Amino acid sequence: MKSLLRARELWLAVIIVAMVTAINFRAPGFAAPANLAGILNDTSILIILALGQMAVILTRCIDLSVASNLALSGMIVALVNAAYPEVPVQLLMILAVGCGLVFGAFNGVLVWLLGIPAIVVTLGTLTIYRGLIFLIAGGQWVNADQLSEDFVQFTRIEMLGLPLLSWYAVLAAALFFVVMTRTSLGRSIYAIGVNPVASVYAGINVGRTTFVAFCISGMLSGFCGYLWVSRYVIGSVEVAKGYELTVVAACVIGGISIAGGVGTFAGAILGALFLGVINSALPVINISPFWQMAISGAAIIMAVVLNARGEKRGNRIILRQTGEPS
Amino acid sequence: MSDAASTTRHIPNRLDSPLRGALLSWPSLLLVVAVILFVVNSFASPYFLSPWSLSDATFNFTEKAIIALAMALLIVSGEIDLSVASIIALASTAMGMALQFGIDTPGLVLIGIGTGLICGMFNGLLVTGLGLPSIVVTIGTLSFFRGLSFMVLGDQAFKGYPESFAYFGQGYVWWVVSFEFVLFLALAVLFYVVLHRTNFGRHVFVIGNNSIAARFSGVRVERVKFLLFCLTGLMSGIASVLLTSRLASTRPSIALGWELEVVTMVVLGGVAILGGAGTIQGVVLAAFIMGLVTFGLGLLNVPGIVMSIFIGALLIFVIALPIVFRMVRERRT
Amino acid sequence: MDIGSMTEPCITLSGITKNFPGVRALNAVGLELYPGEVTALIGENGAGKSTLVKIMTGIYQPDAGEIRINGKSVELSSPHSAFKLGITAIHQETVLFDELSVAENIFLGHAPKTRFKTVDWSAMRVRSRRLLKEIGAEHIPAEAPLKELSIANKHLVAVARALSVEADIVIMDEPTAALSHKEIEDLFDLIGLLKKSGKSILFISHKFDEIYRIADRYTVFRDGEMVGNGSIQDTDQNAIVQLMVGRSVDQVFPKQKVAIGKPVLTVEDLHHPTEFADITFKLNQGEILGFYGLVGAGRSEVMQALFGITQPSGGSMTLDGDAIAPKSPADAINSGIVYVPEERGSQGVVANLPIFQNISLPSLARTSRSGFLKLAQEFSLASEYSTRLDLRAASLSQAVGTLSGGNQQKVVIAKWLATKPRIIILDEPTKGIDIGSKAAVHAFMGELVGQGLSVIMVSSELPEIMGMSDRIIVMREGRIAARYDNDGKLSPEMLVRSAAGIEEVAA
Repeated sequence: MKSLLRARELWLAVIIVAMVTAINFRAPGFAAPANLAGILNDTSILIILALGQMAVILTRCIDLSVASNLALSGMIVALVNAAYPEVPVQLLMILAVGCGLVFGAFNGVLVWLLGIPAIVVTLGTLTIYRGLIFLIAGGQWVNADQLSEDFVQFTRIEMLGLPLLSWYAVLAAALFFVVMTRTSLGRSIYAIGVNPVASVYAGINVGRTTFVAFCISGMLSGFCGYLWVSRYVIGSVEVAKGYELTVVAACVIGGISIAGGVGTFAGAILGALFLGVINSALPVINISPFWQMAISGAAIIMAVVLNARGEKRGNRIILRQTGEPS
Repeated sequence: MSDAASTTRHIPNRLDSPLRGALLSWPSLLLVVAVILFVVNSFASPYFLSPWSLSDATFNFTEKAIIALAMALLIVSGEIDLSVASIIALASTAMGMALQFGIDTPGLVLIGIGTGLICGMFNGLLVTGLGLPSIVVTIGTLSFFRGLSFMVLGDQAFKGYPESFAYFGQGYVWWVVSFEFVLFLALAVLFYVVLHRTNFGRHVFVIGNNSIAARFSGVRVERVKFLLFCLTGLMSGIASVLLTSRLASTRPSIALGWELEVVTMVVLGGVAILGGAGTIQGVVLAAFIMGLVTFGLGLLNVPGIVMSIFIGALLIFVIALPIVFRMVRERRT
Repeated sequence: MDIGSMTEPCITLSGITKNFPGVRALNAVGLELYPGEVTALIGENGAGKSTLVKIMTGIYQPDAGEIRINGKSVELSSPHSAFKLGITAIHQETVLFDELSVAENIFLGHAPKTRFKTVDWSAMRVRSRRLLKEIGAEHIPAEAPLKELSIANKHLVAVARALSVEADIVIMDEPTAALSHKEIEDLFDLIGLLKKSGKSILFISHKFDEIYRIADRYTVFRDGEMVGNGSIQDTDQNAIVQLMVGRSVDQVFPKQKVAIGKPVLTVEDLHHPTEFADITFKLNQGEILGFYGLVGAGRSEVMQALFGITQPSGGSMTLDGDAIAPKSPADAINSGIVYVPEERGSQGVVANLPIFQNISLPSLARTSRSGFLKLAQEFSLASEYSTRLDLRAASLSQAVGTLSGGNQQKVVIAKWLATKPRIIILDEPTKGIDIGSKAAVHAFMGELVGQGLSVIMVSSELPEIMGMSDRIIVMREGRIAARYDNDGKLSPEMLVRSAAGIEEVAA
């Protein structure tokens, strides 16, 4: 009676572990705790973004503006930090989340109130948000020497052997576990993805729930804006360009169905980790990092094919079967 | 047979004249926008009206517009292909590799176009053969096709294309009229005929509106969709030949991000993103509008990235506007 | 009415009217439900039962009429408000969430909360188990995903959901349609339980044995009107069948005598793993062969196999003596078999496209020249067939979606006639269309067989099936249950009995 859903995540976890083990044979030390912690840290931003994207995809929408949102929010906090270094970094983090929320809510409003398909809305805001970065920064970059020490160091503070950046991913995962499985909001997000019509009958406001999903995705993108600038110590128009597709890829590999309603927070995390492991393994086993894109592309295609097989459903049964199991 | 049926009623073919319908359509609105942009541009910059700068302006959009023609059909049928820019990269890489084996211009062109076709077939097989959603499949192949280019090239580039190869992206048919532009216009006419004047085009519309009813009416839905993916791949291959010829080099990052611009062009052209409606005239006009905006702002020294704000806003605005109008009208009644 | 009743009705609907473009679905109907009683709502397909259910669950808004709950006038403006007022429905196609767990399905929208406003899963599971136990369904695990359950068990979950919201009014829309004998018995026990706890139950079913087993009252709808109600004990089956069937059959359908020719289509032992079995019949030239049965008896599925949409797992078909095995609708159309589907909106018409394009669609090869459209020929083809079918439209360029249901159906039929078929299969051809269009469709069927076509008509409407068919095949649960010649000795009661599986009392 174990559900197929959970089995899918289990398989992905097994594949990741097998990959790590295999790479460890070629390059001893790859599976060492310190290296694994490094991989987790490198993948943290992707994990957080994938979780936000999952919420949107579950509602049968898609958010292609996450990377632009990240870059714009990141640029805003970077500029504030450069101009007013005395503003505490905690406040800047809240500012980043707030910016992301506004940009996400803008997507959500257009989808909710005007009923424009999410792919069109976020395709539009993808270019708008990125263009705005250029405008607010006047075409300039924000460099390492313009950022305050606090701003840069805050993601690097170690706690229990892991940098704060990793802890944020852990925190996001915990938060999602609670929201998706323990709150009515989480269950509503699933319900409207599985069956929007029946959700209306069950008294769920489909439009508003979709809006909230976009807000969640936006907030996390904004937060990642700060994380990105702090980690890579740069704010520019080029930050995270094209990253939206990597985020969608992580979700698809994690078994989150683009048709909505199917997928778990664990899937999103594992999908991100899968890409993260490949990313850090390639240089170690002497494969050109230029292979990474093709490999993740092939992984997406394979994941889609496999997911589709799992989702095939039977017709309703008319012929009376003798001894129907109950 | 029955005496009641003797009162035969004749139903007119049309109520409005076709002209009236055409005047109120989306393409005519786009035409007005295009004319306004043209006038504004010519006032804003003294260089705009020179034939050579107008000719230069066309290079900004013809390659994308050629893909948009095929993408329009695909989106009308209810599918999408996000891998077109990656197909350009892979086709260009294939040509670059062929170049290393000393293959000359005709062979290069064939290889470029053929690679595009094969990529399109690959997408088509995954979508129609396995019944997968095209948006995810082509996000996958977007990564995969360009990834193959990166595998081959890394941070290198193919250069040294023969002089005769330069004609496609740099040559002029007559005076300031470029080969690219002529090819685009010819393809636009061809696609207009295919979508609006043939049985195949009718099937595309029917599938986009209601693929189940299409199947129940004997339309071979999967076959039509497969052909559309092939066609989109083919056009991407042609665009790759043009772009590679124009740049005279191949880098794996060639045409990066074009897929979104092509989709924007198609949607701006009045093609319903959920399928079932759209015109080639609209897409062609949208291509001109995007070209005019880009070129006009370029003359005013507005950087490209800022222009993208206009394009993105335009995309949302043109779709939101009719919806807002309809909502206001409904609220009033 | 109901002078003898001691209790006040829990819900009273009066004067409910609902119009759809071109059709009046309900005309000033009334209904009362009493606490602790089961009221059966009886009527043919298209009588307006589903529309009434949708009004009671807040999905449709009535154009006129009043709804009172416990004497207070209420407005059911949304499914949520209906739900809040204690009305819950168990639908034909149980509307639940396949991917979610049993407990979630029971508590979606009103989940128990912890102190921190988060969903209290353990309380939810405990209460789910208690509810399931209450209805004798403790074998269903509360944490299992719903998709792993049988239809009967899904119904039980729906009942548990109804109990969890403490609904006073429970609507059961053909709950037994896909259940086995044993499961139906269990469901009846459950209904008894609900009655005892004082719920008002609206029970919709075609099956008279069921109605007589559990209902206390009945209300009969016909063509959107309420034609009778009363206590079940005081009324015998025949009287209700009479109310349902209503008008005398042969007045409405002046079917012409057409000489029946030799067999055209022979179907031998057609099988499908889950949908039908042992389907054997012959269709003759100039004949209208009726397929009668309850909803979900597998009739449409057989027709779709003939049309190449589903592939049978065994059996054979011959057309004019040649074996055929259509792999797609295109194949079937090429061999001269066409199908007017039951789901007109989703399968029949392309609503946003104009009339002439819908009509010419399967005939494009003929109206075009080497693949290029010839609009003039398309228009003349569309004009010819829309005139023949007496289509009412402002212009042939009008979108089909703007037409009434009856005229949409004429477009679908015109589309097929334009292909000059040998056999036309009509699946519920007059479902949801107005009386005028009905008559036109019927007259036209007579005309078709007069021209040597053969017609298969699937219909759940007794007057139609008896008025139009030369022979009638009754299906039940995916198999052929009876065959009748429509020779004047056949009564509607016989068909209803065969379809519902009621034992023949007297031949």
